[in-house]
Amino acid sequence: MRLSYPSNVKVVKLPCTGRVDVLLILRAFESGVDGVYVAGCMEGECHFLRGNLRARRRVEYVKGLLEEVGLGGGRVEMFNMSASQGQLFAQFAREMTERIRSLGPSPVNKNVKREA
Amino acid sequence: MIVGNRKDFKEILEKLGSRRRVLVLGCNECVTVCGVGGEREVGVLSAELRLYWKKEGETFEVREHTLERQCDYEYIDQIRGFADEYDVILSMACGAGVQYVAEAYKTKLVLPAVNTTFLGVTIEQGVWSERCQGCGNCILDMTGGICPIARCSKSLLNGPCGGSSGGKCEIDNETDCAWQLIVDRLKESGQMERYEEILPVKDWRTGREGGPRKRVREDLRL
Ligand code: SF4
Ligand code: SF4
Repeated sequence: MRLSYPSNVKVVKLPCTGRVDVLLILRAFESGVDGVYVAGCMEGECHFLRGNLRARRRVEYVKGLLEEVGLGGGRVEMFNMSASQGQLFAQFAREMTERIRSLGPSPVNKNVKREA
Repeated sequence: MIVGNRKDFKEILEKLGSRRRVLVLGCNECVTVCGVGGEREVGVLSAELRLYWKKEGETFEVREHTLERQCDYEYIDQIRGFADEYDVILSMACGAGVQYVAEAYKTKLVLPAVNTTFLGVTIEQGVWSERCQGCGNCILDMTGGICPIARCSKSLLNGPCGGSSGGKCEIDNETDCAWQLIVDRLKESGQMERYEEILPVKDWRTGREGGPRKRVREDLRL
């Protein structure tokens, strides 16, 4: 399958979404990203049983933290898809890119010069 | 262990006021285990502060540091070399730790980032529950190992009250009735005769009601 997804999406590979930690996501925002989404396996199909369910809870927790600091919870999301659903992967990448575009650049970066 | 809750970010910001050089100080003991004030939570609160102030375009310095304990002078002393570089120490320890840090750094502003709530146990990963109120005269031998002071909403010594229903306390249907638990446990362990004994009025002077408490063991002193 040769599917294209927006080139602004930077993929960070992890062995399982269960590795996703609250701090990991916060660090990404500190480094200046505009949004983060976690792409996990379908619920009920985690190789480690509950990794993706835990990741979802952590994403929810980070939403709360981002609301608190005024970045807005919409900048982080969790999506589920199976390894064979490349189409979905590309679709979620577009969906999230659109959402972040409408939210605009992270306010954390407003004092940093951005490339045009 | 001592269990607490993180204060709201908004409240922490308000208390910090215009101070921007902050030492976020964690503790490696109880507050680490109950996920409120250990190294990781220090990282989360510090990240929140940095994100917020970056967003506001402010200049700031947030330093993360976690001590083995904040209730022992030897550990608190470890920050002496750099504590002075900060406007404020934001302590994520229990109330005892916050106070001991404040006592050691008399000229510094020391703020609590945690609301200390109870002495309790881990029910499961991420869930904690109250077990003891440090009354200073333990009666668990009389109550099947279940504390009516901490776990009965009315701290009744001879319960249950009329509000006990279906094993739950009248305050809400999530909370077990401590006296139902006590009776069940006494039955299970063949100690029901204990239930016939009326517990006398408790002398609360051994607890907080007797004023601040202090313990001395002469043989341990140097
Ligand atoms: S009886 Fe007192 S010391 Fe014993 S568990 Fe209850 S509150 Fe704690
Ligand atoms: S219902 Fe049970 S736990 Fe609640 S106040 Fe009455 S005796 Fe105490």
